[in-house]
Amino acid sequence: MTDVKTAFDTLAWGPAPESAAIAREWLDRHARQFGCYVNGEWTEPDATFMVKDPATGAELALVTASDAAGVDAAVAAARAALPAWRALGCHGRSRWLYAIARGVQRRSRLLAVVESMDNGKPIRESRDIDIPLVARHFSHHAGWAQLRDDVFPGMGEVGVVGQIIPWNFPLLMLSWKIAPALAAGNTVVLKPAEFTPLSALCFADMLDEIGFPPGVINIITGDGSTGQALVAHEDVDKIAFTGSTDVGRAIRVATAGTGKKLTLELGGKSPFIVFADADLDSVVEGVVDAIWFNQGQVCCAGSRILVAEEIADALITKLRARMETLRVGSPLDKAVDIGAIVAPVQLERIGELVELGKREGATCWQPSWSLPEGGLFFPPTLFTDVTPAATIAQEEIFGPVVVLMSFRNHADAVDLANNTRYGLAASLWTENINLALDVAPMLKAGTVWINCTNLFDAASGFGGYRESGYGREGGREGMLEYLKARKREGEKERRREERRREERKRDSGEARGPGGDSGDLPPIDRTPKLYIGGKQSRADSGYVLPVHSTDGRLLGEIGRGNRKDVRNAVEAAHKGQAGWSRATAHLRSQVIHYLGENLSAREAEFAGRLRAVSGVDGRSEVAAAIECCFVWAAWADKYDGAVHHTPHRNVTLAMPEALGVIGMLCPDESPLLGFLSLVLPAIAMGNAVVAIPSRVHPLMATDCYQLFDTSDLPDGVVNIVTGQVPELLPALAGHADVDGIWVHGTQVEVAEAERLSVGNMKRTWGEWHERVWSDRTGDQELLRHATQVKNIWVPYGA
Amino acid sequence: MSIAPTQGRNTRHSRDPEYVTTTEWPPLGRVPRNTGAPLDLGWIRSIRINRSAVERRAASIPTRRSVKQAWQAGWLLRAVTLMDLTTLQGDDTPGRVRRLAGKSRQPVRPDLLESLGMAGTPVKVAALCVYHPFVETAVQALEGSGIPVAAVSTGFPAGLAPMATRLAEIHSSVEAGAHEIDIVITRGHVLTGNWQALYDEVRLFREACGDAHLKAILGTGDLGTLTDVARASMVAMMAGADFIKTSTGKESTNATLPVGLVMARAIRSWREATGQLVGLKPAGGIRTAKQSLDWLAMIKDELGNRWAQPDLFRFGASSLLTDIERQLEHHVTGHYSAAHRHPMG
Repeated sequence: MTDVKTAFDTLAWGPAPESAAIAREWLDRHARQFGCYVNGEWTEPDATFMVKDPATGAELALVTASDAAGVDAAVAAARAALPAWRALGCHGRSRWLYAIARGVQRRSRLLAVVESMDNGKPIRESRDIDIPLVARHFSHHAGWAQLRDDVFPGMGEVGVVGQIIPWNFPLLMLSWKIAPALAAGNTVVLKPAEFTPLSALCFADMLDEIGFPPGVINIITGDGSTGQALVAHEDVDKIAFTGSTDVGRAIRVATAGTGKKLTLELGGKSPFIVFADADLDSVVEGVVDAIWFNQGQVCCAGSRILVAEEIADALITKLRARMETLRVGSPLDKAVDIGAIVAPVQLERIGELVELGKREGATCWQPSWSLPEGGLFFPPTLFTDVTPAATIAQEEIFGPVVVLMSFRNHADAVDLANNTRYGLAASLWTENINLALDVAPMLKAGTVWINCTNLFDAASGFGGYRESGYGREGGREGMLEYLKARKREGEKERRREERRREERKRDSGEARGPGGDSGDLPPIDRTPKLYIGGKQSRADSGYVLPVHSTDGRLLGEIGRGNRKDVRNAVEAAHKGQAGWSRATAHLRSQVIHYLGENLSAREAEFAGRLRAVSGVDGRSEVAAAIECCFVWAAWADKYDGAVHHTPHRNVTLAMPEALGVIGMLCPDESPLLGFLSLVLPAIAMGNAVVAIPSRVHPLMATDCYQLFDTSDLPDGVVNIVTGQVPELLPALAGHADVDGIWVHGTQVEVAEAERLSVGNMKRTWGEWHERVWSDRTGDQELLRHATQVKNIWVPYGA
Repeated sequence: MSIAPTQGRNTRHSRDPEYVTTTEWPPLGRVPRNTGAPLDLGWIRSIRINRSAVERRAASIPTRRSVKQAWQAGWLLRAVTLMDLTTLQGDDTPGRVRRLAGKSRQPVRPDLLESLGMAGTPVKVAALCVYHPFVETAVQALEGSGIPVAAVSTGFPAGLAPMATRLAEIHSSVEAGAHEIDIVITRGHVLTGNWQALYDEVRLFREACGDAHLKAILGTGDLGTLTDVARASMVAMMAGADFIKTSTGKESTNATLPVGLVMARAIRSWREATGQLVGLKPAGGIRTAKQSLDWLAMIKDELGNRWAQPDLFRFGASSLLTDIERQLEHHVTGHYSAAHRHPMG
């Protein structure tokens, strides 16, 4: 009792421990050893590794390192469970998701304590943020499960999904992965992170207790090699991964050309922009939530503060004062702000980057108090006098370390914000709504928080631009990642190589001159060129390639473009895209309508050309192409976003935005319609295009550039580079300033483009099946590929 | 008790304002009076408060901070010493006020204090707060206790009496022995943006107070926006208020944590700009021990320990004390207590 007087005199914070007794009992019930949870049963613990509490170093439990055979068994269980899970129907699956949500709520404190013990995050966060969001995610997706067939007609599950999650929000990431997968009708194999598998195992225990159908959710533990085996497994239809950009890249390479669907949620170096009219005291708390939440181990952490020069000193002063009152300590203390770093290797990395920051000349500031001893702790750290060129301004630190730079005006702020390879999130602070809504669309980020940060909800999609990955988790956009169109009739694989062989045979016969219908007079020679930046230009190589009709006649010669032409085209596309994306949707719609009008005026000519190149009557394809113009002109001003119902007092605006510059390899089938069917949705949504036309009938594409010229299409919005695919496609797929790559070629070409896309993690879409391009059921899919969703959170209140 | 000002352990401090390294905290009871400053309209108009951000912060204070066991008991005892024990009812009588004075001298049962290891430490409330007619009674009843008497004044609670009447009311209360005067501002001046009129009014009140300390009641429940709460706080401090106080307790919304947070931050800004310390008094609606701990946590984190002293922080409350007493008894016995086990005021 003597302590009361001391507490009265000093008003000190005392210990406020959360009991770990129930969590320890749970571990003991499992004899502190875990197998994997496969087909509704626990496997025998095998090849185990130790999981530790990062705050104390205490050993928590032995966990199985699953090998390829273990992965195999889990995938087989998921595959076997699929028919029954499918047969259960929307309502049946919805009931199970609801049961999981309720189960999580009933076990919320146990899960929170296990999470904090295993990960080191403060119990305040696991109790008030992580676990409630887990329950929310499952209950929200119980709704999507119920509504799947109504909301997503013509779509069905992908199949067996392999999911790999990180250690920073172990159970929350599990819910982000499992809930939409199950709601869409898939079965899953999930691998939690090596450092933090316990909450997933506790979750598996709960599945057992609520009698969840076996095999639908399988949880396997292990390290990177387990993840690799899962990614490589032939019977997995989709991979969803959250983690580092490096591993994301490796997964893209490993799955290239396999046809596996892929979503990647990767790293970030998110800007936190403070304008001069912001509520500075609230900004300070915003920084606390941005970088000192979860020890800064947050992929969307606001780790780069960009502040208006005129208030920079004031903000620095306020931040330093606030840092003094932050508390670092035991994750199970209910009154700490910052817990322990997840593992020694991460603590070392943070320390190294901080030392590097100092060496590079930045000013490092840490509070005066000393850290608790014994655990993996790191103090909140603020770097000032930082330039964008500094390593700590570019590299993701993934710790409680923030850098601060100043800007001169709002254009400068946007430039600095976007001066990164990442694009996961951004936070901006101003009391001027005009400024806020002007800047938000300019930021290259999947989520923009206005006057707030690190808010999450199941109803809002979350995911990145650029090297922060692709795909969205949460909301309607997240559901689409786990659905696919039901098979269309008449699909067949593109067998380009065989066709090529036949063509070569034909070519070895007598070569005939360019054909025409003008009687005895020789036709006037037409020389199709490349089309770059609105100009017809000769190929850099100075060479041409012959083009033959299906019956072997020489139809003409096209420029043999090379990588320099690709470079020029991408540059021109960026110039064109800048203005095109800012043009009104109405204008884009008008231009595309006008294209249809001009195509209609030249219907006979195009039909004749089609007959000449392919030997079939071209009139129906031209008619379909004209309709295609009308379809995409229509969509240009109708692909609206949404306002998500997130449970905060704010509007969350989901805005579809253009990717930027899309490179595309156009299909061989339907030479005119196939070309326009890819180009038009892309430009309708505000992208610019660099197109490699159909190999077989490139002339149909080059014929179009006169249409573009006469239809007021701004220069650079569509660029056409003809030539040899093996030369052009790698240059385009590997180009770091191309934002998306669409390949409608052979499986080999798709694979190559997907492999090469990882340099800047451009969005990829590859198909090696022929499509019936006049079938309009695929239009929604095209719109999705042509856009990415930015969610803008706007809290309000006077 | 003096708490060291914030200071980093790092060597480069070029950007720190001078006060961080030079200001000494004044000892308890020796806070120099706020001298005020000329009205700075540019500053007032530049103030912007983001309500949802403030609400998020306020909501996280009770969940980020927790004090348990001995610390909780110590903190609750501190809360007792920060209390303006208050009666502001139409049916107040001298007898009722004398009863409350008795409770002010001995707010916690001596046996409980002894069990808590506080036998040698005097625990009394910060002040007794009454209407003008009871000032004399209160002063007499508290004689020798060192507990000051506060009078609500200036046409409390609406504050719409003629200026001469309001000034006369202050003079009368000061003459009757009140040490502190809780004035109410004209909320209409805030709602119409007439900062000059607000400034002039508080200035006059402050002059009328003489040596008595002035607490400016903003009536935040009437102000509408948090930005106006911050602006009114700042004008009151410019006009020389010693304390700024949330509410009369008679508005429909009284002392909420978001409002307190905005006012605490205004006090901090005032100190950053002028080096002067102004107190904060939330009043109305604070009824539970848990609420008082939340407020203390907010004050400690936003303003620092020095503010959690009776010369810079007060709870205006009437029923809070009973709940704190019950919690203290629970701490001693391990059993939940009942109101009737604690002497009433």
